[in-house]
Amino acid sequence: MTVDATLIYALEEKARWIRIRILKMLARAGSGHTGGSLSAVEIITALYFYKMRIRPQEPLWEGRDRFVLSKGHACPALYAAMALAGYFPEEELMTLRQLDSRLQGHPDMRTLPGVDFSTGSLGQGLSVANGMALAARLDDKDLRVYVLLGDGEIQEGQVWEAAMAASHYRIDNLCAILDFNQLQIDGRVSEVMSILPVGEKWRSFGWEVMEVDGHDFSQLLPALDRAEEVKGRPSLIIAHTVKGKGVSFMENQARYHGIAPTEEELKRALQELGE
Amino acid sequence: MKIQAAARTEKAEPLSTRDAYGETLVRLGRTNRDIVVMDSDLSASTRTQLFAREFPDRFFNFGVAEANMIATAAGMAASGKIPFASSFAIFEAGRAWEQIRQSVCYPRLNVKLVASHGGITVGEDGGSHISIEDVALMRILPHMTVIVPADAYETASAVEEAAAFEGPVFIRLSREKFPVCFSGPCQFRIGKATRLREGRDLSIICAGLMVSRSLEASALLSGEGIEARVINCSTIKPLDEEEILAAACDTGAVLTAEEHSIIGGLGSAVAEFLMERHPVPLVRIGIRDRFGVSGKPAQLLQRFGLTAEAIVEAAHALLRRKESHPELTPPP
Repeated sequence: MTVDATLIYALEEKARWIRIRILKMLARAGSGHTGGSLSAVEIITALYFYKMRIRPQEPLWEGRDRFVLSKGHACPALYAAMALAGYFPEEELMTLRQLDSRLQGHPDMRTLPGVDFSTGSLGQGLSVANGMALAARLDDKDLRVYVLLGDGEIQEGQVWEAAMAASHYRIDNLCAILDFNQLQIDGRVSEVMSILPVGEKWRSFGWEVMEVDGHDFSQLLPALDRAEEVKGRPSLIIAHTVKGKGVSFMENQARYHGIAPTEEELKRALQELGE
Repeated sequence: MKIQAAARTEKAEPLSTRDAYGETLVRLGRTNRDIVVMDSDLSASTRTQLFAREFPDRFFNFGVAEANMIATAAGMAASGKIPFASSFAIFEAGRAWEQIRQSVCYPRLNVKLVASHGGITVGEDGGSHISIEDVALMRILPHMTVIVPADAYETASAVEEAAAFEGPVFIRLSREKFPVCFSGPCQFRIGKATRLREGRDLSIICAGLMVSRSLEASALLSGEGIEARVINCSTIKPLDEEEILAAACDTGAVLTAEEHSIIGGLGSAVAEFLMERHPVPLVRIGIRDRFGVSGKPAQLLQRFGLTAEAIVEAAHALLRRKESHPELTPPP
């Protein structure tokens, strides 16, 4: 399947806009998770500007597709995408992590309408997404549920409880995406606690598994479309990504997992992004 | 305040709180399509099986995976369902505590947690299964409502009220059948304690199985000329502060009784509140910072001092303290 080059260019421009805002808001906040926000940019862009049926002016619209950011620490990417989609004004991004901000350090569905679930404690989002998907099925609602998992996150046992349940209940209105950037706080995922062979694990749990370059829209979009065609079982897209993607000195650096750029680093990063 | 419900005096058959739960769920399920029920491989014990038989499409068994069950319930609630999720008290409140905190209470979702097998009367299964901490674990969570019904009638009403209430609710039930405290169907209200017996000498504030024990104790005390007010405090959170303050002011001595650790449960809640508002001599009957052991429920209640006789004995000591602290007693 070929994807329209104009569409891809438009999405790439959105991704660049989102990257720039992620870096700016994190620098302003002085803390937060840079690496894993940057690795998830294309995935979240593809969801909010290509795949999901949403109404940013009506964030609680019952028929909307749902998105659970299970790796909640990547919320700067989610917030920037939401601002770009029109859920709230762009200026509000600069309130990230401040007292009384709707943009909490990890997503809070009660403060920010449009956040479909409060996350932050890893390992719970797939279960939550299963619940949303089952509820939609009970109500005969034609909506889909998307959940973004971190690679370090799937070390949590609950993820596998949920993987088992999604397959057992044949939940096919659900698509999980794994942000496989290979790094976690303490270092390489393979050294901290290997999750390999990851595709085989999910396949053996009964899932349809696809693998894509998580920064390439020409691969991401067809995978998201194909997931919709899979019936009788849940789908996982393993998105191979680069932690810190887009900023040369942050790429593949575990130390940028949980720190914000300094003013100096921000300046260099924005230059690289053409801002 | 008038006595709200007459304590049952004649001997009646004990009734199961978990049967009452299962039957009420089925009744609610017939009129409310949004009610869904979940279990983690204990549906025969928790009685959610009754719902599963009648509404197989709205029942979800998650196998032995409580954490996944609770977070899935949260996802369903976020989509407008009213999930009732059940397991044994220690696995529900203990194993899945962090899921309850993060995915149910923090986003204030409409999930109903109904746990059977609370307390020492779990019996023969022993310390691993005897939950003496569940009320404390749930009470500490913001947005949570915690209910410990006194008998099967109150359980039925509490389950109905929980279904109608918007927000997280934890209800603790038991393996053992409970002596009935109410003479028939009763109206439970969240946050409202019920005065079951009037008395001026001391107040017994109790919940769950200990309500019937407290009524028994009050009869024994009455035989000695000591009149105890008995308050069924089935909502541990939010606490009925008005009723508890009145008890302290009117009787000047408070005894709490619960089938739970004295740390963090009803006794703690009452002590914390009264210490700030109106300190009076107070004694807590409950499990004193130790794990359960195997044995028959009646033996364990004896061993852990959860009997009418133990309440009477504690009441005597309490009254001696009340007399030696006249400054704390109310004016005549």
